[in-house]
Amino acid sequence: MKKLSARRRHPLAAVVVLLLALAATGGLYATLAPASQAKADDTAQSLAIDEGKKLYSVGCATCHGTGGQGSSDGPSLVGVGAAAVDFQVGTGRMPAQQPGAQIPRKKVIYTQAQIDQLAAYIASLGAGPSIPTKAEYGPDGADIAKGGELFRTNCAQCHNFTGKGGALTHGKFAPSLEGVAPKHIYEAMQTGPQNMPSFPDTTLTEQNKKDIIAYLNAVNGGNTESPGGLELGGLGPVSEGLFAWIFGLGALIAVAVWVAARTAKAKKS
Amino acid sequence: MSSQDIPEENLPAEQDAHGAVSVADDKDPFADPGLPPHEHRIQDIDERAAKRSERVVAMLFTVSMLATVGFIASYVGIPHDKAIYVFPIGHINALNFALGLTLGVALFTIGAGAVHWARTLMSDVEIADERHPIEASPEVKAKVMADFKQGAKESALGRRKLIRNTMFGALALFPLSGVMLLRDLGPLPGTKLRHTLWSKGKLLVNMNTNEPLRPSDVAVGSLTFVKPEGLEEKDEDFQTQIAKAALMIVRLQPENIKDKRELDWSYEGIVAFSKICTHVGCPISLYEQQTHHVLCPCHQSTFDLSDGARVIFGPAGHALPQLRIGVNDEGYLEALGDFEEPVGPAFWERG
Repeated sequence: MKKLSARRRHPLAAVVVLLLALAATGGLYATLAPASQAKADDTAQSLAIDEGKKLYSVGCATCHGTGGQGSSDGPSLVGVGAAAVDFQVGTGRMPAQQPGAQIPRKKVIYTQAQIDQLAAYIASLGAGPSIPTKAEYGPDGADIAKGGELFRTNCAQCHNFTGKGGALTHGKFAPSLEGVAPKHIYEAMQTGPQNMPSFPDTTLTEQNKKDIIAYLNAVNGGNTESPGGLELGGLGPVSEGLFAWIFGLGALIAVAVWVAARTAKAKKS
Repeated sequence: MSSQDIPEENLPAEQDAHGAVSVADDKDPFADPGLPPHEHRIQDIDERAAKRSERVVAMLFTVSMLATVGFIASYVGIPHDKAIYVFPIGHINALNFALGLTLGVALFTIGAGAVHWARTLMSDVEIADERHPIEASPEVKAKVMADFKQGAKESALGRRKLIRNTMFGALALFPLSGVMLLRDLGPLPGTKLRHTLWSKGKLLVNMNTNEPLRPSDVAVGSLTFVKPEGLEEKDEDFQTQIAKAALMIVRLQPENIKDKRELDWSYEGIVAFSKICTHVGCPISLYEQQTHHVLCPCHQSTFDLSDGARVIFGPAGHALPQLRIGVNDEGYLEALGDFEEPVGPAFWERG
């Protein structure tokens, strides 16, 4: 008996018991005690923020700093709001190829779900405009004529009368608004991406924005009718003049050459 | 003279014998080689080819007739608001397209038919037309002079001086009525160019909402266009007034404002600048919120709004005028006076 009990007490038995006890306690804690506390945190929102933070540290933190505080390569994101994130990432502008004043559109590399998570994280850093809903940017209740007036007052100077875009200083440009989702147009007005000034709801109301979007859809949408035919990029007199000089004058020269050309002569057989 | 009248001797082989019409000598060292031999066209020789050309011309004229009929038919038949999709052009108005196409074809085929007719069927024989003096013959000249003298004598213009002098007077005075009409170019502008509708206490009214602005409405990086309180778009002189009073409102961080006067005239970083370019008066509002530059789309004048709207590029002669603004008792933004200098482009008396 004595021998048996002596053998049973292996030198490592205490360690094993200790590990088992720890595992049991930990397991119990994990299954019972923390369960009630996790309930409070376990909303979709905080999960999105967590996921967004992970995506942020991989894709954005290099330029915008680990906590969104900004660095020499990118501005601070505190207070820019979810709308700014949805615009910048949703149009492919972010992540940028290189820092600079003009960030061009490119292929979107995040899914909408990931963009929403990133937006949730950035929104948690400081209050800012949220992502607009379809009721805000949709066509219901919009006044297209008023939208045209507002567009010409506020937007046309850079984006051209029908949103074809235009040149700015030092190689910067205002992009064409053709094919841009209504949501992104709304967000751009609200947040003022890159060098575009912002048009917050206090100076350009939600209804104003809805009108502008409806106007753009009317003059620059997929089914927009151009009664005059070839619009030549809709850029105004420059492209039209170029077309007239090259093709109009070219056709006249061709006809003049034809009028005066040598006719086929008979050869004496 | 048609080409058919002179068939044989003008064929190339016949003409080769002609050669030069003059040879070089002491007086004229350059020989005149004469006209090159005339070559006949297929249509001049082959009647079947001529018939073919005739049919082509007739076909072009017929196409023109059909196109004209098509023009009338489309004018009557196509509703003015119908849109169609035409491949390279896109969604266009069906009536415009049909009218333009038929009218263009109708005109072009008339011209093309005429050109083809002239090139293949009308005579193409080269002819020489000698120059002749423009001067009239001595007899004609003598007759005209005699007629003139007789007319002058019969009118008694030289004798009856009263008629002559009053006639000269009437003719000399008449153009003055044309000169007088130039007065309609006036009246002179007076001091109109030096004043705008802005004055002390006028509220800054947002052009989008038609409501007065509060400082809290204007976010940093935003751009707002305002008009003076009391000016409505339905007013008769709205365009005249807004052309001078148009104002853009931007908000900078006060520490970003480099110009001391600009800072003094701002309100918590909100600055108000004239929207009229000082070069030739284009509306200028291509505002880049990160650089604080404003670009004029007409001639690329660029102004730095963080440095008193100084001109940093382009042909503009002076900075954009700034309007002094403040806040009234009710918390609305108001003007603290008119612009200190005339807005818009320079003019002679601007100083």
